Amino acid sequence: MNIGLEAGFADPVPDAQRCFRAVLDAMAHPGRIAHAAGVTAPYPLGTAAAAVVLTLVDHETPLWLDSDAATARQWIEFHCGAPVVADPAACGFALALALPDLRRLPAGSHESPETSATVICQVASFDTGTAYRLSGPGLREPAVLTVQDLPRDFVSIWRRNHALFPRGIDLILCAGDRLTALPRTVAIEEV
Amino acid sequence: MFAVCVRRWNGGRRRSDADCYDNSTIFIPHCPRGTFMKGYNFAYLDEQTKRMIRRALLKAVAIPGHQVPFGSREMPLPYGWGTGGIQVTASVLGRDDTLKVIDQGADDTTNAVSIRQFFARTAGVRTTTHTGEATVIQTRHRIPEETLRENQIIVYQVPQPEPLYRLEPSRVETKRMHALADYGLMHVKLYEDVARLGQISISYDYPVMVNNRYLMSPSPIPAFDNPKMNRMPALQLFGAGREKRIYAIPPWTEVRSLDFDDHPFRPINAHQACGLCGATDSYKDEVITDDLGGRMFVCSDTDHCEQRRAATVQRHGPARPGHRAVSGPSDETGDDGSGAPRHGEAATP
Amino acid sequence: MAYVAVKGGERAIRNAHTWLAEERRGDPAVPDLGLDQIREQLGRAIDRVMAEGSLYDPDLAALAIKQAQGDLIEAAFLLRAYRTTLPRFAHARPVDTAAMRAARRISAIFKDLPGGQTLGPTYDYTHRLLDFELAENQPPPDAPRAAPDLSPVPRVPDILGREGLLEADGPMDAEPGDLTREPLSFPAGRDIRLQALARGDEGFLLAMGYSTQRGYGGSHPFAGEVRMGEVSVEIEPPELGFAIDIGDLTVTECQMVNQFKGSKTQLPQFTRGYGLVFGFSERKAMSMALVDRAMRAEELGEDVTAPAQNPEFVLYHSDNIEATGFVEHLKLPHYVDFQSELQNVRRLREAVERREAAE
Repeated sequence: MNIGLEAGFADPVPDAQRCFRAVLDAMAHPGRIAHAAGVTAPYPLGTAAAAVVLTLVDHETPLWLDSDAATARQWIEFHCGAPVVADPAACGFALALALPDLRRLPAGSHESPETSATVICQVASFDTGTAYRLSGPGLREPAVLTVQDLPRDFVSIWRRNHALFPRGIDLILCAGDRLTALPRTVAIEEV
Repeated sequence: MFAVCVRRWNGGRRRSDADCYDNSTIFIPHCPRGTFMKGYNFAYLDEQTKRMIRRALLKAVAIPGHQVPFGSREMPLPYGWGTGGIQVTASVLGRDDTLKVIDQGADDTTNAVSIRQFFARTAGVRTTTHTGEATVIQTRHRIPEETLRENQIIVYQVPQPEPLYRLEPSRVETKRMHALADYGLMHVKLYEDVARLGQISISYDYPVMVNNRYLMSPSPIPAFDNPKMNRMPALQLFGAGREKRIYAIPPWTEVRSLDFDDHPFRPINAHQACGLCGATDSYKDEVITDDLGGRMFVCSDTDHCEQRRAATVQRHGPARPGHRAVSGPSDETGDDGSGAPRHGEAATP
Repeated sequence: MAYVAVKGGERAIRNAHTWLAEERRGDPAVPDLGLDQIREQLGRAIDRVMAEGSLYDPDLAALAIKQAQGDLIEAAFLLRAYRTTLPRFAHARPVDTAAMRAARRISAIFKDLPGGQTLGPTYDYTHRLLDFELAENQPPPDAPRAAPDLSPVPRVPDILGREGLLEADGPMDAEPGDLTREPLSFPAGRDIRLQALARGDEGFLLAMGYSTQRGYGGSHPFAGEVRMGEVSVEIEPPELGFAIDIGDLTVTECQMVNQFKGSKTQLPQFTRGYGLVFGFSERKAMSMALVDRAMRAEELGEDVTAPAQNPEFVLYHSDNIEATGFVEHLKLPHYVDFQSELQNVRRLREAVERREAAE
């Protein structure tokens, strides 16, 4: 059957497992760069963003797409069966090509902080851009992460999110076939 | 309303021996390494279930020490046998992993053997008894003596994830307490211990504060192991199947055993050195050697003990008394199939 | 060499399994028990295993019972574990018990009623005398036959409801929750409570229901109706747009009618307790209805004082697969923790002895 869509994972079980471990590794070591593979990404997504979506999103997770990511909506719906929601406040995952307004996403409750959204945000690069100093659980000592394309006031946006703890948004950043994560626990300042 | 499923089995006709459960408990037909049981997904769980557990794991890592509810499934092992740990391991495990499974610190306890077999056969992964070789370690009741490395994952089997349950049985109430970080009940309990007994009387499942926010059960490890959790380089994951909770501690995270300034936390251990390897800094099991009060103390971590003895043999030759018995009677000649622990047998010449 | 002990454990387990298999078979001179015999002649056991195993499949239940040597909780566990591995391809529409082809239907609150009372295959009026002819494999006497009456039998609560004397049934619009996918959380809706009870242990529900009759959360129950028979299961594939019948289930339904004195906003009226289980099990359906009603105490503004009225207590302890696992896990080795406690008790005793010596 050819429906004009790129395929999902070439080998779904091990590919999803490897991608999950990459995300888990990044979430457990904020700012650590991990690699994703095994998928031909649909425009405009890169390999990492597409793989993360395939790995974590399914019919049980309402998904919000920003206008750029919505270009890949058909592919996501076909491969993940995820219900795409128009209201960001109703999502479990948000997929975006520019950091969305975190205040419009669910941050969880004090009793159930795990019900907060996870944002999968595709950025241009981890090689060039602004350097951030990260500290918190998962880091033996403060680490530096360079990201191109986050908003200019990202540090203050994040400070607000971090202060909500134990509530708060978790962020998975993807650039090409590379990814990293910023859980709500991480404190961020500009280098 | 019902969920409608299809079964694979049709009226008593087996497709092939390798496709079926053959026995009442957990006997699973043998598969060579690198392959896994036909008819089941890699590591038993279906991909949908793994995704659900993986999402819970990521949230658990992002909120250290917080119990994340998850849609725990019924496993082919009973609740209480490590169904939570098994589901976490099954969701994490990949073809390239090397798995170690311990119960009471030992690789050869029957439940550890059984769980290791389960993964060897449902996932075809490499297994090991050596702590240093493992990428994933599933444990019940102990943390290995060898310091775990960054990039290792330790999965704890948790019978009761709620640290406050003896003080407040209602989970509606304890959930509220966690939301408010209201842990007064626990402090009062510890204070009463000190007032009545002069010391804190908890010897295992000793409550900890994680990242200075959540009170957490470390699972029923001896309090001796608690300090290993603090700023551990490895990722710590906890699975409670029956209670349907997952929680986690990221690497290098502060984990503090509750105590008071004038009554600091004191882990308990036997004063005696290991009767097999001579270790003084490891956690010891007390092995009863006769009915006249004879006893010896041996390392609870069998791998640690064996490695230490192997190193001694290398240095001094195999003359050390008791060494032959240490490795146990060989499988072909001495095993009576009773499943009695071999590790302590060195005591009886 | 370091692996020898591990092999010992493996062999011990393997040997235990072969011994078990031999013990299961019993005396080989006695013919092997066929699954068809279990399915046809141990129907109540099949029903219980399907209900508590949450899987309606008499053949698999028969296999589970044989494999578990007649241990019904172990058999239910086998079905549950198997159920985990089954992909779901559809969700059925709610079954319509008003359209049940009832083999049995009785009401304790009316002498006669539309549709009549049908005793069906019940033990209710048998004298419990051991039947030694059964031991001699005598064939049963022929039961008299009549043309089946296939007209639907109205449910007694529906008859009462017309007068407004019985509370209306809850709304049907919301998608019911599913305990097997989402863990229990509180407050638990009635959909979730009923699902937990339907999967729950028959003995636990019996004891809980009984306790309400003895004053621990009483609700003045009347057996409005008990019915048992076949209902159709329908699914509605989205590509078809209409429902298709995919098979029949035998279920037992109990509608308990309970007194309610009324409140500031409500006139006095009767309230409902509801029970529905796979197969033929009136004991469980009736117990379930009692416990369902008891757990509605808070909703109806009654004092919550008894265990059966506490949903958290009932729902966390009704599942016998969870309960049996956790009770029995105590036989797994706990020597590390016990060792810690030994040292602890020694230390505590030393402290006392030191204090006493100093005094």
